[in-house]
Amino acid sequence: MASPQPRVGVITYPGSQDDRDALWALAALDAEAIPVWHEEHELPDLDAVVLPGGFSYGDYLRCGAIARFSPATAAVCEYADAGGLVLGICNGFQILCEAGLLPGVLLRNASLRFVCRDVPLVVERADLPFTSRCAVGQRIVIPVKHGDGRWFAPPELVHELEVNRQVVLRYGEPCNGSVADIAGICNEQGNVMGLMPHPEHAVDPLLGSADGALILASLVEAARERVLALL
Amino acid sequence: MRATVLVRPKQGILDPQGDAVETALAHLGFSVTDARVGKVVDLELDATDPAEARVQVEKMCVELLANPLMESYEVEIHG
Repeated sequence: MASPQPRVGVITYPGSQDDRDALWALAALDAEAIPVWHEEHELPDLDAVVLPGGFSYGDYLRCGAIARFSPATAAVCEYADAGGLVLGICNGFQILCEAGLLPGVLLRNASLRFVCRDVPLVVERADLPFTSRCAVGQRIVIPVKHGDGRWFAPPELVHELEVNRQVVLRYGEPCNGSVADIAGICNEQGNVMGLMPHPEHAVDPLLGSADGALILASLVEAARERVLALL
Repeated sequence: MRATVLVRPKQGILDPQGDAVETALAHLGFSVTDARVGKVVDLELDATDPAEARVQVEKMCVELLANPLMESYEVEIHG
């Protein structure tokens, strides 16, 4: 039997920029990539959802603060609560934090500078639907491009995350001043993840690194397993 | 009725904008030992009762205008 193609949705908000790149990368990794407009109150039949990077609603007030109230975000919250796989990249990470699906908040970079470069990352968890193709301790290189990527939470919340093993990726060198060098985290259940680096911009050696494909192919594979489980 | 909301970075949270302002003021010769940068939201409300207006604006702060992880807020109601 041919391996089924999982359906992975990508939400487009007003001001999203990396939605098409995410769609392209997911299709390149053998998913059926499905664009979803932010005004949709219900998600189509999906096996995973990606919230892409960009500057939804111009980043007004706080990054992700207004996109949180889009109808599609409410649908994503329901989808996540039901155990669906949700990945937020950069602005998508900020939206997930504002929506309360992930802990913490993303603040202005400590340097006040927009950071746009390849960064080394250390993988802390390889048992998630987003990291199954990685190994714990593995160093991977994925680009960042953000002005507000400094993940922050009060010490007691950081401690809770460390105890629950919710830190998925850390920067391998100083990047934006984030607490404990955190670059990516997941929720307690492990079905929602957010990260500031852009895996969709590193899926081919021509782009400088193909390490982003480790994250996205893990997601596509996990989505495919969900399809198979339903057959 | 008008209302003003002052949103501030919480004490103890690194505020790089405030640090940049402090440094710039020092370069201009001002003696400043700390600067913090927040934001102001001016609102025009339909409410006519100040107490009711305050309840509404507090709700706005909780739901949208401030993120309690990093910001504190103050509400002023103007007659």
